[in-house]
Order: sequence, then C-alpha cells, then structure tokens
Amino acid sequence: MAAIGVQPLEALDRRAGGRRFFRRPSLGRSALARHEAKWGLIFLAPWIFGFFAFTLIPIIASLIFSLTNLSLEQTQPLRFVGLDNFVRMLGDHTTWDSLAVTFRFAAFNLPIAIVVPFVVALVLNSRYLRGTGLFRTLFFLPYVIPFVSGVLAWQGMLNLETGWVNEFLRMIGVQNPPNWLQDTTLIYPSLAFIGLWGIGAGVIVNLAGLKGIPTELYDAARIDGAGWWASLRNVTLPMMSPVIFYSLILGIVDVLQYFLVPLVLYNGTGEPGGSTLFFNLLLYKQAFNFQNYAYGATLAWLLFAITLAITLIVFRTSRRWVYYAGER
Amino acid sequence: MTALGAAAQPPLPIGRRRRFLPKPKETGKSFLFTFIVVIVLATFLSPILRSVFVSLKTPEQVGQLDAPQYPAVLQTFDYQGKTYDVYDVPIEGGLKPLALVKKGRESSQFVDPSNAAAGLITWQGSWRSLDRSWTFSPEWSNYATVWDQIDYPRLLFNTAALALIGMVGTILSCTLVAYGFARFRFPGRGLLFTILIATIFLPYAVTIIPTYTFFLKLGWVGTWLPLLVPTFFANAYDVFLLRQYLLTIPREMDEAASIDGAGPVRTLVSVIVPQAWPAIIAVAIFHVVYAWNDFLAPLIYLSTKPELQPLAVGLAHFNTLHYRNQAFIQAGTLMTMIIPVLIFLVFQRFFTRGIVISGVEK
Repeated sequence: MAAIGVQPLEALDRRAGGRRFFRRPSLGRSALARHEAKWGLIFLAPWIFGFFAFTLIPIIASLIFSLTNLSLEQTQPLRFVGLDNFVRMLGDHTTWDSLAVTFRFAAFNLPIAIVVPFVVALVLNSRYLRGTGLFRTLFFLPYVIPFVSGVLAWQGMLNLETGWVNEFLRMIGVQNPPNWLQDTTLIYPSLAFIGLWGIGAGVIVNLAGLKGIPTELYDAARIDGAGWWASLRNVTLPMMSPVIFYSLILGIVDVLQYFLVPLVLYNGTGEPGGSTLFFNLLLYKQAFNFQNYAYGATLAWLLFAITLAITLIVFRTSRRWVYYAGER
Repeated sequence: MTALGAAAQPPLPIGRRRRFLPKPKETGKSFLFTFIVVIVLATFLSPILRSVFVSLKTPEQVGQLDAPQYPAVLQTFDYQGKTYDVYDVPIEGGLKPLALVKKGRESSQFVDPSNAAAGLITWQGSWRSLDRSWTFSPEWSNYATVWDQIDYPRLLFNTAALALIGMVGTILSCTLVAYGFARFRFPGRGLLFTILIATIFLPYAVTIIPTYTFFLKLGWVGTWLPLLVPTFFANAYDVFLLRQYLLTIPREMDEAASIDGAGPVRTLVSVIVPQAWPAIIAVAIFHVVYAWNDFLAPLIYLSTKPELQPLAVGLAHFNTLHYRNQAFIQAGTLMTMIIPVLIFLVFQRFFTRGIVISGVEK
C-alpha cells in the first residue's frame, strides 16, 4: 500500500525548496505549521466527512445489521439475534453454490482481464504498427459505451440464430454452432467476451507503463543476444510487474463483485442452469428484492472478508514478483 | 531506393521518421502486422456495426432467418397495375432479381424490373426453389418509435442532469481535497492518503445496504439525492488524479501569490485551478461517462420512479419488455451509447491522459 504514490510527496516537497524544506512542521511547533495544518484539514473536510458518512459508518453499520433481524417489513420487532444470520448463511447451500460460481468465473475471467489489455498494449506499442493513435482510440472506444448498451449489443452478437458469431461459424462450415448464452459450458467464455469491451482503461495504463520502460534496457538486452521473447521475459515483464500487480488487485475486487452483466442478460434468474447465480447476485436479491437488510449485510461481510483475505495474500506475494525500480 | 524515398519526403525529425517510415525491408512485415490488427479491431467493434444494421431492420426482416444482414425489405415490382414479388433467378450465368408474373410448375414467366419494356422472360424450373430478392432499405422510423416508447427526451434529460450535477459536485469536492493533499502538510496526512486509496479497493457491496437504509430513513429513496449528494464529498479516483497533477505544478507561483497576500482559497482559485484545467477536464469527462454508465445505484434508488430514471435503467427495462423486437432494442442501445461515444471522440486526449495520470503512478 505504501507503494501507492505516498513516497513521491516527500521528494517533491523537498524539491520545492523554500521554507518547507528547512522546517519539518508538526502540530504545535509553530504558528505557521498550525496554520498550514488547519487549512489542509479544511480542504480535506469534504472527503473526511464523506468517508465517515458513506464508508466507515456504513461498514460498521453493516456489521451491526448482520447481528440483527432488520428488514423492510420488520414483521418481528427489531432485536439482536447474535450470530443467527451467520449460522444461516454458512448452513445454506446457495451461499456455497454462489461462491463456487463466483470463484469459477473469477478463475476463468481474471487471467483474460489481465493478459488481454497487456497484449493489446504490446501490439499498440509495436514499431511494426502503423497509425497507432487511431488504433488506440478505437480499442479504447467500447470502454465509454454504457455497459447496458454493451451487454445488449453482445447479446445480439451471440444470438443462436441471428448473431454474427454463429453466422461466421456457419460460413466456415460449422453445422450446428452453439447457443453461447444458454450453454452452461460456454457461458463464462461468452461473459468474458462481453467483458473485453471494458479493457480500454487497462490498455491505456499498460501502454503508459510500456512507454515508461527505458529503451537502454532493450538495447542492453539485444547486445546480450536476447531475442523478442527473451526481452519480453527479462525486461518487459519485470518492468511491467507494478502495472500487472495493480491490474490484478483491482481485477480481483471487481470480479468478486461481478453480477451486473448477467443481471441485465437474464434478469437475475441465474440462467443457464444456475451458472450465473453469482454471490453478489444473491446479496443483491436478499437486500433489494426481499428487503432483508440484515441477511444482505451478513453476505456483504462475507464478501468483504473474502476480498480482503485474497488481496492481502496477493500483497504478501507481491514482494517476490513485483519489481519497483529504485525502491526497496 | 532508400535515398530516393527519403529525398521525396519532406525532412522529418529523426524520431518521427523512424516511427512512420520503417526501414524498407520491414515494410512488408509492418503491413502484415497492421493488417492483422485491423482484422482484430474490426472483430472487436463489429457488435456496434451489427447493432446499427439490426436497428434499421423492419420487424419482418428480424423474424426472417434467411434475410440478409444489412437492413432490407422484400423486393416487389409493379407491372401493368399489379404488384409482383421479386425473386433471385439463376439466369444468364448469375442471379438476377426478376418479378414473378406468371407462376407455373415447370416454367414461370418473369419480368425484369430494370427493363420492363423488354416484356416477359420465361425461365425453366420450379419457382418454389427460388429465394425472394431483398433490396437495401433502412427503416429509420424504428428510432422515432423507440424515441416515443421509452420517452427518450425524458430519459436523456434525467441522465444529463444527473451527470452534470454530479460532475459539478465531483469537480468542486475533489479539487478542494486534492489541493489539501498536494499543498498542505499536517500530521496524519500520509495515513489519510493511504485510507483514501484503500477505499478504491473496498467492495461497493459492503457499504451499500446501510447507505440505502440511511437514505430510506431520510426519505431520499425515489429521488435523485442519493445519486447526487455523495458526489459533493469527493471520491478516491478523482482526488488521486487531481493530486498527482497538482504535484507537477511548480510551487513558485503559489508562493508568489502568498507573498502578495493571497490566502489559500485565493491561491487555489487564481493560481492552481487555471493551471490544473487539463486534469479538471479529465475528471469532468470521467464523471459524465461514469454517470452515463451507472446502473446499480439508479436501479436501487429509483426502481419505483420510472420518470426519474436515467437511460441505462430505462434501456434495461425496455429490453425486458420488448426483447423479441431486436430492431427496437438495438436502436435503444445505440441511442444510449451515442452521447458518451461522441464526448469521448471529442475529448479523447484529456481522457487517455487522465487515465495515465491516475493509473500509472503507483
């Protein structure tokens, strides 16, 4: 976490020189420092207030909710029920089924969501590509398309009879092309396809990372006799590891919450054959269809705990594979 | 060859020349590579083209599986006061669209629509084996129908109002907070900044239920307030982007202003903001695209108030009602995406720059 932009601050402050360089202010040390601290906190006030109102208090409230029987109807008087919700959650097979769905999809989609933007960025960065600017714009374009539009366009694209994917397959001689969105084995590839329309930001971030790699490293690698593959393995990948790490963490948080695309596609029915009954869909239904806030909050806490555990593990491993030039 | 080619071109800076004029022996490779990328890109974007085609089809064509992919209608031809169906007839070594005038079991009589004066043409074979001929004909009225059915002006107004008010809130709050992080030093700033960044990684699901019940208690569910009020309290992405940008602005001008007696607010308004406008525009565009895309929050907070919903929610609802009529669905799909796509194409420089600032500095 410390890697995220905290350290350039001090360096910049120092470079800025002036009085700030010589005096390291601390509260109560001087009138000037107090003045600066006061104004700093005044400017931060909107976020600090928002953090309490929309983040910290809701997280705590979520935990408290999970210990009650709070719901919209409140057929029984509101009271603490201890760990009843947790017992119910852990004893309900739909919890485990939906977690399995989410993890299966994550295992399928996460590598694609990390690798494809990286590869597209490599292509856009290639010296063999003409008209890079135009390609960059067009590969990014679907990112700004509202996802409901994207889902409906792809739903048509993957249609059994009239979709262009199957038109193409029939054209090259496939007799009975599959029903992409209604086949339990093909649904995750189809959803991954739909998800590719969101790679734009990842491509730009990867591309900026690639452009930031000093060319001397490649020159040195070439002198050492490295070909394309060796350069990629020994120069590009290590230098890109912070970007990949960042994409991985954000990707994990996103994929564990995945449910909106199938919600639009199947109206939350979990078609085909329950393969899109994602954990977050279960949560959404409990909280907002059945208005069972207590149970919804319990599910939310489980999701939070799982996300936190996985991201912490990934952070732990990062020391071994993420390379920060000039640090650590 | 190399010398000639170089002489024919206006002199370019070395860097540019290397980039746009690869060495001649690489031209073939470069052409092939670019060609492959064009194919991949065309595939990637083809759903948009398909949506355009489908949106211009008549309901009859959508229902016909053997119809062409482009928008078309079944061709007919008026001949001597009567309307005849046009078929693709294999004649003179190719398929020719001919109007079937007189049906027969063994042979039928046709007339050529492009040359009706030539009179009847007899073709040997069963007319039942022939396919009807389609002619290109976009059904523009689909857009007008969808415009009325989903009440597009209202949805567009809702979406734009939500996006623009939220944009103002985001710019105001995030600029203040970013300024606080970038220019003032106080104990705990590092910790607060780490907390700010950590909220990026917090699942939305964890906070949404208590936030919803809180807004429910306030009586705000069924209004725009739950979607708009939080934008006035800053968000991590945009604060981070703006802060990174503000750090690149030299402090000399701030200090000159403060020596001239300007307070922190004055310095922000007359020194920082005028220099930070590329980042502020990036934040503005990000927010508009984000708001146009936002689905879950408006779905939850406005589910009982269709008259207040934005396009994304209206379109999803329209899809559940009219799924069968794909021409209308795809027209609505395009009408929902057109504005953010145009905004992106106009402002794309700010857009990509903003992503680079917020995404790479880790």
